[in-house]
Amino acid sequence: MQLALFLIFGVLAVAGAINLLLQRHPINSALSLVVVMMSLAVLYWSLGAEFLAAAQVIVYSGAIMVLFVFVIMLLNAGEEEHTTGSRIAYVAGFPGAAAIFCLLSFVFLSERKAMGGTDLGGYLSHSANNIAEISRLLFRDLLLPFEVTSILILVAILGAVVLARKEQ
Amino acid sequence: MSAQVPIAYYLVLGAILFSIGIAAFLIKRNIITIFISIELMLNAVNLTFVAFSHMWHQVSGQIFVFFVMVVAAAEAAVGLAIIIAIFRARQTLNVDQINLMKL
Repeated sequence: MQLALFLIFGVLAVAGAINLLLQRHPINSALSLVVVMMSLAVLYWSLGAEFLAAAQVIVYSGAIMVLFVFVIMLLNAGEEEHTTGSRIAYVAGFPGAAAIFCLLSFVFLSERKAMGGTDLGGYLSHSANNIAEISRLLFRDLLLPFEVTSILILVAILGAVVLARKEQ
Repeated sequence: MSAQVPIAYYLVLGAILFSIGIAAFLIKRNIITIFISIELMLNAVNLTFVAFSHMWHQVSGQIFVFFVMVVAAAEAAVGLAIIIAIFRARQTLNVDQINLMKL
């Protein structure tokens, strides 16, 4: 079950990401990112993070991507054209990304035995469920950072309004 | 049937998504698509956090992901406002033509 979920949604996430890379039109890239986020939500759920799976669907693929799609349609963004700058990026970009990927996966796979495996459900050793544990930590131990993030959101809203305002 | 998936496979999946995000960030010329690839990289790191949280049987990693989501939401709002301001001033979304700080 765990393996099947991982294979199906892992392949779906990678396919969505590669589609994001290959598509020329920004709206296609944005919709591929929605596919990636949805499959990541399923993977979060299979890793025992039910709250984050719900938050991923609601916040990321719901709110943030709708914002992106709104802006793409508002600005009427068309297909990107290729210029000389992008050819340098091709030469530098693919080997750089491949090198980072090789380094990361070498480290992860060489530590594979030490990190152990996963199985579905029942993963926290001492708590009743995931959401109760997260809310206990978030609203009791980490109350100050939680409130500070609400200030951050407020500042971000004000900043967005000021930046996007039409100048007189 | 209880086929276990090694934690390392989740981490490698996160590394694949992160590398694709880097490649898209460097190759894409549209400023909105570049912003989208930043979101992809954030998601890849979130997957790594959740996998490590599962590995240590603690929710601290999931709290991290929660805060990353909040900051990503704030970042998306401000970034898209900046993109709208740039588009108003320059009438283009191509990063090769947006090469001056002065609008």
